[in-house]
Amino acid sequence: METAPQETAPLFRMEGISKRYGGVRALEDAELSVHAGRIHAILGENGAGKSTLIKVMSGVVAPDQGRMVLDGHEVSFASPAEAKRAGIVCIFQELSLIPELSVADNVVISDPPKKFGMIDRKAQRRIAEEALSRAGASDIHPSALVKDLPLSRRQMVEIAKALARKPRILILDEATSALTAADVSKVFEVLKRLRSEGLALLYISHRMHEIAELADDCTVFRNGRKIATYKAGAKSDTEVIELMIGREYQNVFPPKPPAKTGVAPILECRSLGWTDRLTDINLMVRPGEVIGLGGLDGQGQRELLLALFGVLRGCTGEVLVDGQPVRLGSPAHASSQRIGMALIPEDRKTEGLMLPMTVRENLAFAAMDMVSKRGIIDREAEDRLLEEMVKLLAIRTAGLEIPVGALSGGNQQKVVIAKWLMRHPRIILLNDPTRGIDVGTKQEIYQLLRRLADQGAAIVFYSTDYDELIGCCDRVLVLYDGAIKRELVGAEITEHALIASALNIGAAEAARMARTNA
Amino acid sequence: MTEWRYWFAEQKGTLLALGIFVAMFVIYTANHPAGFTANVVQTASNKGVLLAFVAMAQTLVVITAGIDLSVGMIFLLTNCLASWIVVGSPLETTLGVIAVLLVGILCGALNGAIVIYGRLQPIVATIATGSVYFGIALLLRPYPGGSVNEDLADALTGRLFGVIPSSLVALVAVVLIVWIPFRRSVYGRAAYAAGSSEVAAYMSGVPIKRGKFLAYTLAGLLASMGGLFLTFFTYTGEAAFASGNAYTLFSIAAVVLGGVSLFGGRGSAIGAIFGAFAFRTIGDLLFVFDFDPLWQPLFQGVVLLLAVSLGAFALFRVKNRLEWFG
Amino acid sequence: MSDTTTAGDAPSRMPKFLRKVDPAVATSFACIIALLVFGSLYSTSFLSPEYLLQQLKVASFLGVIATGMMLVILLGQIDLSIPWTVATGAMMASAAAAFGPAGVVLAIPFGILCGMAIGLVNGVGVAYLRIPSMIITLATNAVAQGLMVVYTGGFSPQDSASEAMRWLATGSLIPAVPNAVIVWAIIGAATVFILTRTTFGRSVYAIGNRERAAYLSGVDTRRIVMIAFAVSGGLSAFGGVLLAGYASKAAQSMGDPYLLPAIAAVVLGGTSILGGRGSYLGTVAGVILITLLQSILSVMQMPEAGRQIIYGVVIVAMLLLYGRAPASR
Repeated sequence: METAPQETAPLFRMEGISKRYGGVRALEDAELSVHAGRIHAILGENGAGKSTLIKVMSGVVAPDQGRMVLDGHEVSFASPAEAKRAGIVCIFQELSLIPELSVADNVVISDPPKKFGMIDRKAQRRIAEEALSRAGASDIHPSALVKDLPLSRRQMVEIAKALARKPRILILDEATSALTAADVSKVFEVLKRLRSEGLALLYISHRMHEIAELADDCTVFRNGRKIATYKAGAKSDTEVIELMIGREYQNVFPPKPPAKTGVAPILECRSLGWTDRLTDINLMVRPGEVIGLGGLDGQGQRELLLALFGVLRGCTGEVLVDGQPVRLGSPAHASSQRIGMALIPEDRKTEGLMLPMTVRENLAFAAMDMVSKRGIIDREAEDRLLEEMVKLLAIRTAGLEIPVGALSGGNQQKVVIAKWLMRHPRIILLNDPTRGIDVGTKQEIYQLLRRLADQGAAIVFYSTDYDELIGCCDRVLVLYDGAIKRELVGAEITEHALIASALNIGAAEAARMARTNA
Repeated sequence: MTEWRYWFAEQKGTLLALGIFVAMFVIYTANHPAGFTANVVQTASNKGVLLAFVAMAQTLVVITAGIDLSVGMIFLLTNCLASWIVVGSPLETTLGVIAVLLVGILCGALNGAIVIYGRLQPIVATIATGSVYFGIALLLRPYPGGSVNEDLADALTGRLFGVIPSSLVALVAVVLIVWIPFRRSVYGRAAYAAGSSEVAAYMSGVPIKRGKFLAYTLAGLLASMGGLFLTFFTYTGEAAFASGNAYTLFSIAAVVLGGVSLFGGRGSAIGAIFGAFAFRTIGDLLFVFDFDPLWQPLFQGVVLLLAVSLGAFALFRVKNRLEWFG
Repeated sequence: MSDTTTAGDAPSRMPKFLRKVDPAVATSFACIIALLVFGSLYSTSFLSPEYLLQQLKVASFLGVIATGMMLVILLGQIDLSIPWTVATGAMMASAAAAFGPAGVVLAIPFGILCGMAIGLVNGVGVAYLRIPSMIITLATNAVAQGLMVVYTGGFSPQDSASEAMRWLATGSLIPAVPNAVIVWAIIGAATVFILTRTTFGRSVYAIGNRERAAYLSGVDTRRIVMIAFAVSGGLSAFGGVLLAGYASKAAQSMGDPYLLPAIAAVVLGGTSILGGRGSYLGTVAGVILITLLQSILSVMQMPEAGRQIIYGVVIVAMLLLYGRAPASR
């Protein structure tokens, strides 16, 4: 491990911080030092522990172990409010603005100025205007309602709201992800000015060039541990990516068959678009193929799967199944026997399962038409099919009549998959199916996907885990800002290629930088 | 954009309700046999003020994304109580008024406590407490009757300087004393914030619970003011189940007409006041056009149905069908 | 951020036989027994078969209405249009009975159909226009009231119930067993079958738990919600038909005393007001409990006022015991 390149005493220091969620290790003996007047970038893959780290710092979650020192005094925060009082303010990815209130109301929401017990609207207006101008967003009117602002403006309000709290340490978690290029450069000006005012800034971003432009110090996290801290510019992009990936790599994936060419595609989209979240998506999946969707989180992968499954309204372009154009208007239609689609959704607890209902009811739910006549369920037929599925997927359950919520996370996910396999789908869409699941079950799912593909299913698979995409997929489409930026085939699918294209380093990014600087 | 545009956008619902009211009232007085006279205005104002108080009460709760199906019953209960105790010497009358308002506050606070600290659904909780309030009202007045300090009643239902209806003046005073301070206070803002997005409000450290509790409590107070005025107009107390239910229902209609969002976080009690006056005037329109009064309930029901269906237009803008499910 | 796994949870938190019996249902039955014991102390005739059958007969009217309410509550919705749907069913059936022999034959179906029409408006509003059920059902209640006021001219309706209606409500096909009880038993059995053995029933529970997950599983959730409201309207109207048969004629506000007891019966029987959880057995228990409570209060000559207060208090108390939403954070 390399040591921090700092001579002065840090403003804030975390040592030996560990945090587990159930069986999953989010942070393991992590450490970090933050100095006044410097911008410190945190790098790491999805799931490296960055989010947990800042949640601990800002009082949202309590660490299992470890200590935090602010100004030489040991501190602990029971709530975000306590962290705020200590001067640590975080701008989260999920917006914390209240849509029906005005910008000014939101900026001062946690501590409005008062006069005779009432909110002093003039003072509030003044504070908001000042904070907005400090954030470089004077174009936003303090009286505008937040819900009427576009996402990028809301993000600026969020920044102004943080500044109005007079923080000593400001944490920005992917704060630029929703911003336009012009806003990003403004925000950078603001951050640099704040640095010169002596604030400590913690900056989390996936965008390498932003880090290169802004940061003084960088720390890389991997698997919940701090891997290295170095001065910005001390390492090349390739070295940084290697630090993020690490060397450990286990082959848990089934072998891939040779590429399928010449087979007619079962699913095709032609210039599919939806609002501003999906643009010009062209995609073709053949039976027997496993297609991965890559890229950073939130670049339109989920929307693409939902659009294919008939959930999104107002899609443009064409979707073809078996070469025939189809208009998918609902999941009921998409999953009908004729189309034969299945979607393993993102969040099994809210979208995949009815947790208080029994394993039987959940398993049979998507295939009720197959075990019933005129709406009356045939219990024997149901039993036969369910037992088959439980066996096929090796679902570990104490019976069919217990609530599915009582199963382990991995087995719950198997139930979600099994309930769709009962329909024998021809096109299987998976939205990050292995999140929060133990390694053993993950491997079973990988084997299963390949087996289904070998039996002739077409699989579209979004994962936030690059290893999975490399290990499972025949092709990977990398999305950026709602469009497919790159297609990686066979041996091209490497971690380096995935990260580089996910960060959109290359022509597009260069063009964007040029725009920004112009 | 200029300042007045934001002001206009914020007050859109209120201004629309005002517009509907003015239009309806013009049609009403134009066709009224007596025309636009102080008497007609006084009668209309007295009828409207009753619903306006109950609608303001409903607004406070609806802003927090809740609903109070007991407002009509608090209104009845305080009416029945007032018909007992708002009598006698000026001092006795004053104490009586204070007691009536306190009972209203208590009813509202009980609703708030059950919903917020007992974590029950507002619908069921307020239906059940409404039953209790109605029962107490019935205990107080098994048969219509009672009396009220007539000097006070006449003063508050008459006219000031011979032209201005004094009930209207009282309503404005209540807006200034109760609504405006609430709207401008930290707790009022907390109530709005909780109604708009409880998660964001929590993350921003807003005092959600206290804000909501205050809203329910003040709703009880406003409903009891309505009950007081009902006593001033009728000189009696009456525990009529159908009347309590009708006021609850009409308060929801007035709130919707007044541009208050039933999903919480948006709207103003002033809009609800105009909504209440508009709703009353619409109901009375039938009379000046010589319709059989029998049609009034149906007419009001249809207006209500149309009003609540208006919000559905936003549905056509939803692009992701999962948003249907909140 | 990985989400919390439930890997460490025990396979089940309760022994099997306890999990089968909802504590709410058990509590309700315990309360029924307590009420019977209490009543028998008050009056010896309380435990006589005649009295109990009479109570069951009275309960069956509420039972039919509460069945529809339960369906809607299982979806996580509520139907506040009960009062005037009941009255509409009663009045329209009685009105039809006045139209010659064909009218007499069609009286009951016509009454039910009118109720289903009201329910259908509710269902379309809730399912397709996504109007909160509480609001749209209040509105349709007002419209139904308006229609009935116009129809009757504001007086109590003059038509009387048909023979068939009276027979259904007061006759007894099987000696000593009132027909109303048989009607309720048939409706109850059908409901149990629908809720437990049909795709419709499964979908109702699923929608009440997570409409989003049900929708993503390929179920047309909006159709199911619409149908459930229509059925609820039909059952309320049928309850009204029975009540009209019982009293020989319809009355203006005959439905008012059924809204709160219907909701209370369902909720006291352990059906979650948030939807997705509850059994018909619980609703049966709730209906009997409410009916007995009413009966005892009237035997004790408790005035209407006291009954209203006791209802409200009992419902709030029971809900505070086991109907609370989970604490936030």
